[in-house]
Formats: sequence, structure tokens, C-alpha cells
Amino acid sequence: MVEATGKPLERVDGRLKVMGAARFSAEWDVPGLAYGAIVSSNVAHGSVRAIDSAAALRAPGVLAVLTHENAPRLQPMPEKVNGSLFRGEGGITETRQPLQNATVEYAGQPLAVVVADTLERARHAASLVRVTYDVRPPELTLEASTRRTLPETFTGNQDEKLQVTVGDPKTALAAAPVKLTRVYESGITHHNPIEQLASIARWETRNGAEFLTLYDTTRGVENLQEVVSSSLSLPKDNVYIICPFIGGAFGSKGWMFAPPLLTAMAARVVKRPVKIEWRRQDMFAVAGQRAATRQTLSLGAAPDGRLTALQHDTQTHSSQSSGYTEPCARVSRMMYAVPNLGFAHQLHHLHLPSPCPMRGPGETVGGWALECAMDELAAELNLDPVELRLRNYAEKNPETGKPWSSKHLRECYARGQELIGWSKRNPKPRSMREGNSLIGYGMATTMYPAARRPAAAKATLFADGRALVQSATHEMGNGAYTIFRQISADGLGLPVEQVRFELGDSALPAAPTSGGSATTATIGPASLAACRNVLAALKQLAIRDAKSPLYGATADDLEARDGRLVRKANPAQAEDYGTILRRAKLPSLEASGEAKPGEERENYSFYSFGAIFVKVRVDELTGTVRVDKLCAVLDVGRLMNPRTAHSQIIGGVAMGLGAALMEETQYDPRSGRAVVRNLADYHVPSMADTPDIQVEWLNIPDPHISELGARGIGEIGCVGTPAAITNAVYHATGRRFRSLPLTPDKIVQG
Amino acid sequence: MHPFTYQRATTPAQAVAAVAPAPGAAFVAGGTSQLDLMKEDVLRPSLLVDVTALPLTTISALNGGLRLGAGVSNTAAALHPEVAARYPAVSEALLAGASTQIRNMASLGGNPLQRTRCPYFRDPAQACNKREPGSGCAALQGINKVHALFGASNSCVATHPSDLAVALAALDAQVQVTGPNGPRTIAFPDLHRLPGDTPQQDTTLAHGELITSIDLPAFTGRSHYLKVRERASYAFALVSCAVALEMEGQKIRRARVALGGVAHKPWRVPAAEALLAGKKPSEKLFRAAAEAAFADAKPLEHNAYKIPMGRNLMERALLETSGLQPLQGPAGTAFAASVGGVSGE
Ligand SMILES: Cc1cc2nc3c(=O)[nH]c(=O)nc-3n(C[C@H](O)[C@H](O)[C@H](O)COP(=O)(O)OP(=O)(O)OC[C@H]3O[C@@H](n4cnc5c(N)ncnc54)[C@H](O)[C@@H]3O)c2cc1C
Ligand code: SF4
Repeated sequence: MVEATGKPLERVDGRLKVMGAARFSAEWDVPGLAYGAIVSSNVAHGSVRAIDSAAALRAPGVLAVLTHENAPRLQPMPEKVNGSLFRGEGGITETRQPLQNATVEYAGQPLAVVVADTLERARHAASLVRVTYDVRPPELTLEASTRRTLPETFTGNQDEKLQVTVGDPKTALAAAPVKLTRVYESGITHHNPIEQLASIARWETRNGAEFLTLYDTTRGVENLQEVVSSSLSLPKDNVYIICPFIGGAFGSKGWMFAPPLLTAMAARVVKRPVKIEWRRQDMFAVAGQRAATRQTLSLGAAPDGRLTALQHDTQTHSSQSSGYTEPCARVSRMMYAVPNLGFAHQLHHLHLPSPCPMRGPGETVGGWALECAMDELAAELNLDPVELRLRNYAEKNPETGKPWSSKHLRECYARGQELIGWSKRNPKPRSMREGNSLIGYGMATTMYPAARRPAAAKATLFADGRALVQSATHEMGNGAYTIFRQISADGLGLPVEQVRFELGDSALPAAPTSGGSATTATIGPASLAACRNVLAALKQLAIRDAKSPLYGATADDLEARDGRLVRKANPAQAEDYGTILRRAKLPSLEASGEAKPGEERENYSFYSFGAIFVKVRVDELTGTVRVDKLCAVLDVGRLMNPRTAHSQIIGGVAMGLGAALMEETQYDPRSGRAVVRNLADYHVPSMADTPDIQVEWLNIPDPHISELGARGIGEIGCVGTPAAITNAVYHATGRRFRSLPLTPDKIVQG
Repeated sequence: MHPFTYQRATTPAQAVAAVAPAPGAAFVAGGTSQLDLMKEDVLRPSLLVDVTALPLTTISALNGGLRLGAGVSNTAAALHPEVAARYPAVSEALLAGASTQIRNMASLGGNPLQRTRCPYFRDPAQACNKREPGSGCAALQGINKVHALFGASNSCVATHPSDLAVALAALDAQVQVTGPNGPRTIAFPDLHRLPGDTPQQDTTLAHGELITSIDLPAFTGRSHYLKVRERASYAFALVSCAVALEMEGQKIRRARVALGGVAHKPWRVPAAEALLAGKKPSEKLFRAAAEAAFADAKPLEHNAYKIPMGRNLMERALLETSGLQPLQGPAGTAFAASVGGVSGE
């Protein structure tokens, strides 16, 4: 049988999605459903003086209005959940529990839930609620902040310290023959997945105990189950969470818990199932965002370009009740061989909504700053930007000294140069022109940490020859259903058509929140472990069954192949799985499996690498930039499925292109309200903005990450793209742009 | 959204009779502006009168020009062969706007009457004199990147977002309306007004007046529309420019230029038009005209970029219309209208 893993299998849920048959969280048909609508804060700082719900309560169909005065009480947000720090500086989430007090910390903060028998009535009644405030002046900019901290770690992870010095960067910088210091700024951006946040909550009494079912747009059923059960003082097993499909997340839908909690509270109060679908406008306040940054990059180098010092200092912001800190040095800390390396992060607590991870958290904007600074240094030294990177090629991790698990970045640079036609460009800035446009070429290194986490899975063989493998991971468009089906099919020795994979359900074996490009490396091995275990059990059945041709063999004598157990020494002696089960009178046979990273993590540094090369066209007279060519060459380990992988990369690249050229959410400098709150005016790249993105893979298995050899691919496309584009705009125009996004207003010239 | 009554009219008279006496009533055509704003709680009509069943969906010849029914969809108008061939600025403006799906819903009567994209207007929690007279103008000291350079007041600095309207202003189209006091004709440049102290009023239409057609006068010159936007497709104009150029031999007999994205209405530039008349097209002349057009611009905190952008754009629109520079795509298409074009080689 041909292995399914590595084949460009079509997305198994593609047809369902195109036909509208994939059920998303807002689409569950729950009998007796009532609808919630949110009243949110108009102001950014202060407290609620009064909420007048009288008119809303009189409106037709209204069942209840929940406010901080009458809402059920919640326990505080847990300190840590499944290993991630939640509370405190560097913690990952907003710890504010909804409707527990009158304090207002950002505009758009939920202040009341109106529940009615239809969505329209709920939304109408919500507009009748009158809120008055004691308004305090909001702090909305880095300059204005009065609460500043220096978080020690990112999400409590001791491997991710946020204030680090290796060697003596200060002295080395002062002594460097060539040096530069530049300030780079990036604006706030939003994930804006096409599926908005939604939850449906249903309470039941089972055996005298309260039981809550939540259909929620979450990519972390485990975390959500933990947060909801502890907030509502329920045993964990009395909270059940379902989410088989997510319409995009990009970092959202994992770490903000107010939406499902509000839904659960509302359902408890009206004693009916309640659904809350958040409006696009609300998503700019409650769904998380990428925080703005101001980054100071200092590079010191020898005249030949070898780096002697790198200092990367970040100013960024969070809300009043989250310690989330955009970890901007994630690329600087590992990319180049530099003996003196320092980075620091200062967090400003503002009256703005809470940030959270967004595709390439830290890497996308931090890597942008580093890779732009490297381009500036290359120009200063009159060196080819690729050559400068090669001269500083890191053979081991400069922060930890550990060797790489696998790194083939040189090949990526070389192939990228070929694809884009690097040698044919005139390297002189502002030297190439076509019609109204200046032409520029740019490049940047891209990377992504290759994380792996513990996870469990379950495999079930059925007497009819089919199989089911399950794990509580998520499908968010990443292709999880498809590749885990492929991996499981190979693990079971079955054709893919006979294997199903289920996910998105808190009753399934535990899996971590889908994120950090870690899903493949985490769930793949767990699935394989479950498959191995169920086959081992099946072998025992056959071996002990006197009627089986395999009777008396040892487990090692047998292998699984094409749906049959086969005696290796004599392949004519074989029996298919169904026959073995049927004779044993078993409708099915199941086994669980677990997998987790081991000591290889102590011995190696795990990263994916790549290079992005672009060609841009800049019409300076009108300020427009178009990307005419974009090539991504990636070293991500072994590919599980080139088709779904290609989609992941072009999606990531398009998101990086958006960050480079158009995406930004501005907050009103006085009210603190998001100025643009819709997808007509918040621009994500359209098809006309994205060229035919060329993606190539080295497809070299990582010998250390897991038996699959696959690292993650969710974010690496996004990371290098903004710098490659910014550097190309410099090459085109001879002008440096150090503020994202590069919108026409910044580029236009008299 | 607030409760409202919905009614479908089958004749213009019926539509007018339903809306005119009810202060809270409004027409709805494609609904792409009206319904969006109702869902955002910006508009709260008590009665919506649907005008899509009115017999106003044809395009016909009229005195050497064309009569475009108010119910014709943006798509149908843009792709009509006579429109595309004789008034490419109109097709270009329409096709460079919105998306295919929206253009299929949107109507020619509704398009010029869509409301501003000022983001503060769309957020009921913000002060906005246009939405709530007397509440103030949050944009004045807020983020005013997409706001006006010309004709603004301390009450309102919003711009009008329609692309089509800019082309119609340059072509001196005529708007046929019918209302409680019978029919009348409005010259397109007079349809919209400046904000003054009453920014809640976008146009000179009286309540209950219905647009029945937009008439394009006979025109044998060249017309063209150019638009700068923040992404290559599906975005409103930062600045746009429509040109209608009539030549006599080597010289310009009459040039009409309207700018979009710079004022509360499509902004005709009479000083520049006068400067162009009777002259031979040249880069220098067009530059001078563009300078003249922006001489009185009054930028706000975040929109000064529109001055160089607008000047350069107007110069380019004149160069392309006159043939001194090639169009960036076939006349009458979005490609001709889109500065920067599409990504890809
Ligand atoms: C996401 C998005 C992007 C867009 N991008 C662009 C763009 O780039 N460029 C652009 O120009 N436009 C753009 N638009 C706006 C769109 O083109 C307009 O909303 C549309 O043309 C309005 O036409 P309609 O028939 O839907 O009007 P409706 O929404 O039905 O009505 C709009 C207004 O006109 C009134 N009205 C309608 N018909 C008549 C009539 N016959 N007589 C009197 N009053 C009438 C209504 O009462 C209402 O006040 C965009 C819209 C959206 C939602
Ligand atoms: S510019 Fe006009 S539309 Fe915008 S907030 Fe001010 S008054 Fe309202």
C-alpha cells in the first residue's frame, strides 16, 4: 500500500464547507434557543454609574437583561491553565471576568447582555439600554501610560524570557566599527477571521447535578473547559464543549473567555439555551488583537558585516487586565551568530482592548524590525543583503548554544534567489523603472519555532473494516481533518477512505489549544501511538485465536498492511482486521495513545527556516505598492500534505502582505474607540493584491522532532513577508519606511 | 436595528406618496448602504419603501445622450455597451467601486445617495453632527485620514464616497426627480451640497423626492476616471478624479474635471478647467491645472497626503485622457481606472 502521508490529498472537509454542510458554532440547531445581544462600553475608562434596562425589559420578547448588578458571580480567572500563565505580567489572557463589577477598562467592554426570543428583538432591545458613566481620562498611547512593567517571561514559559542579555551588547555596540540604531513602529492589527465569535450554551440537570454544554468558536476545548468550569464552580466533567469547525482564527478564538462565559451566564439566568453571535464591530474589542509596537534595533558589526552586537528593545501595550506581551525578540534571539545579544520588553498598560497572539506573535513584527535593520546594515556596508545573512549564518542557537535539530536555510536563500531572479536586478536603489512605477527587489529570512506539546488520541477499529481516530484538537482551516486522517491511515495500515478523524470535542482525548504551529508535531505522533496500540491489541486477539491463521505467532512476527495482519515471514498467512474482530464477536476494538516531546528538547533547538523574496512595483506619485512576484522557499521538515501545506503558506504570506501594506486598526485618540470596525474599511488583501505566490519546500525530514519528521507550517509564511516587502520598497525608491503598514499616504511624494 | 414597516411600491407616484408624508420614511433600492446603516443603528427609519419594482430599470437614448433609469444596477450600467463606449468614465467609476456582488445589488439612484464613509458617522457611540445634529464632530480632532480638503465646515469634514458621482459631475449629468411637488431636473453638480451648519443634509433633494433617472448629455469627447485606494480592489477612493475632455483640433475646447474623496460632494475645479480651455495638452499645462485645483486645499491633521496624491492623480488623469500617456487598461474597465493596477506580472 502506498503511504498516504506526504500525498496531496484533497481537503476532506472541503466539499462540506463549499456545500454549507460543515456546521459552525453559530449554526447548531438547539431547541428552545433564545438570543443574546451585547451592550458594550462607549467609553474607555471609568465606571458605570447606572444601567437603565427598563425600556429594554419592556420591549417585546425580552427575557432578561444581565448587568454587573444582577449577573451570576464568577470565580476569578485561574492563575495558570494547562501550563500557561494566565494572570500577571506576561500572562496570556485577559483576566477580567465579565459583568462582575462596574469598572470600565476599554471601549467595547461588554456591560450587559440582553436576552430575547429572537435575535432581532435582542439587538433592538440592546439599543434601548441606557448606560451612564463616571468617565475618567483614558491612557491610550505609549507616551501617556502611567502603568509600565517589565514582564519576565512570555506566558510563564521559562524558555521564553523577555529580558535577556548574552555577553555584553552595550560595550560591544560602543566598540563596533559599523553600527546603526533604528526605531521601527507597527500599528494594531486584528485577526478578522471570516467567522465571527459565537457561543451557544445549554444547561441541563443530570443526576441532580448541573451540566453545561457549550458550542463555541474555540480552538482550545481543553482550556475553555478548564476556564468555564472553574469560573462557574462546576466539576470539569460537567462542562462539555463542542467545536468541529472553525472559520479561521489566526491567533484569536483561543485566549479570550468572556464571550462563552457571558453566554453560559445568560442561559443560566433565562433557564433556556442561549446563543450569542458577536457582531463584526464587537470583534475589534473582544476578540484580541496584535498590539502596536515601537522597537529599537541596534546592530554592531565588523567591517566585513559580521555582527558583534544586537540589541532589540520593544515597547508595547496591553490592557489593564492582561499581561500579554508581544514577544518581539523571538527572531532576534536565534537568527544570527552574534556573540553579544540583548533584548528587553516594556509593557504599557493602556485603556485599550486586550491583545493576544496573532499569526507569528512577536515574530511577524519583531522579525520585520530585525530583517529591515539587517537590510539597512547591508546597504550601509554595500553588501548584498543575502551575503550579509550568510556571513552571520548561525550554526547553533546563539542564545542557548544548542545545535539545531535540522537547518537548511542556505538552500532556501539560494533557491529563492534563483526563483526571483535576484542576480538580474540592479542592486542600486531607485535604479529600476517601468512606466509610472519604480521596481524593487527585497528579501527577508523567515522562521518559526517548531514547538511540540503532549497530547493524547484514541483509535478504534470496527468489525466492518473501518476505523476512527480521535483527539481534541481543532480544524480551523489548517487541514487538520485531512492530514491526521492521512497519518492515521498509515498508522493503521488502512486506505485513507476507511479512516475517519474526529476532533473539536472536549470528551475526546486531551490535546492542547491549536496554536504556535505545533498541531502537526503534537497530534501526529499521538495519533500514531493510538494506532500502534490498537494494532497491538488486535495482534493479541489474532495470536490467541486458534481459528486464526496467525494463531501462535508473536507480535513481532506480524505487520499491518492493507487492512490485514500479515506474517512477515510468510505473507500468505494473513487475516483482515474485520475478520479477526468478528470472530472475536467484537463490534470494535479501541486503544488510546499518548505522545510527548522528550529529552531531544534538551539537546536541540527546534526551528523551521525559510526565505521570502519579492518584487514590488511602487507608484510613488500616488503612493501605491503592488507585489508582482513573491517566492517563499521553506525548510519545515517533512511535508504531510503538499496541497494543504501550500494553502497554509499562501494564506500566511497573504496575511504578511496585509500587515506590510494595509492592515491597521486605529483607536480614536480621545474616546479610545476603534475607529474602523468593519471589513469594508479594515483592509485585508484582496485577490488583486496577491500575486501568484510561489512556494517551494526542501521537504527534508527533521530527524529529531518526532517520528514524522514534520515541523509546523501555520505561521512561517506570515513572518518574513512584511520585511521582504519593506526592503523591496526601499530598493525601489531608495527610501526607508519604518512604520507599518506602508499605506499610500506614507509613500506618496510631491 | 429598530423595528420598521416595509412596503413595496410599483409606481413612482406610489413611492413618493408613501414616503413624503412620513418624516421617518425612506426609500430602499439595493439596500447596500441603507440596510448596512440600519444594522449599525445609524439610521432608524420607521418605514422603508422598496423602489426596486418601479419601472425604472431601462437604459434608453435621449437627445443624443442616454437616459439611465434609477433602478438600473451598477453592473448593468457599467457593462452597457453604449455607456462603456461613449462614457467610459462612468463604466470605469462603477467597475472600480465595491465588489461584483455589491454592484449587482446596487442601483444608480441609490449610489449617489449612499452615506459617507466617515467612520465616526458609522459608530453611534461617537459624536457626529451628520448622524445626530448638534452632537459635535468627532472627526475634527479624531482620525481624519479619509476626510475633506475642500468645502468643509466646523460642523463636518466628511467626504462623499461615491465613485459614480464623480464621473457624473464631470459629465454634467442631469438628475430627474419626482416628488410631492411634481418632477424637476437637477444638474448633477448641484445634487450634493456642502455641510455648512446642516451636515445631516447630504443633498438638495427634499424629503420624499425620488430619483427616476440619471441623464447623460450628448458628449463626443473623451472621458476617464482614475482612483487611488489602499488596496488593489474593493476599497473606497482615497482620492479620485474624473475628466471629460473635448478637443478642437490640437487644442482643448472644454475640460471638465471633478475630484472625489476630497469634499462633501464631487469637487469640480473651475479654476483649473478655465486654465485648460483653449490650450494644447502638455505635461506642463496639466501640472499647472493640478496645482490650481489644489491651491485652496485645507488639510486636517491626517489628510495632507491627499494634496500631493490628488495633484499627481489629476495630472495623470489628464495625461491619460488626452492620450499623452497610455491608459493602464482597456477604456471602460476597472483596469483603466485603478492606479497601481493588479499585483502580479
Ligand atoms: C463593502 C462596500 C464597499 C463599497 N465600495 C464602494 C466603492 O468603492 N465605490 C462606490 O462608489 N460605492 C461603494 N459602495 C457603495 C455602494 O456602491 C452603494 O451602497 C450602492 O451603490 C447604493 O445603492 P443601493 O441601490 O444599494 O442603495 P440603497 O442602500 O438602497 O439606498 C441608498 C440611499 O439612497 C436612497 N435611494 C435609493 N434609491 C433612491 C431613489 N431612486 N431615489 C431617491 N432615493 C433613493 C435610499 O433611501 C438611501 O438613502 C460600497 C458598499 C459596500 C457595502
Ligand atoms: S466629519 Fe461629518 S460625518 Fe464625520 S463625524 Fe464629523 S460630522 Fe460626522
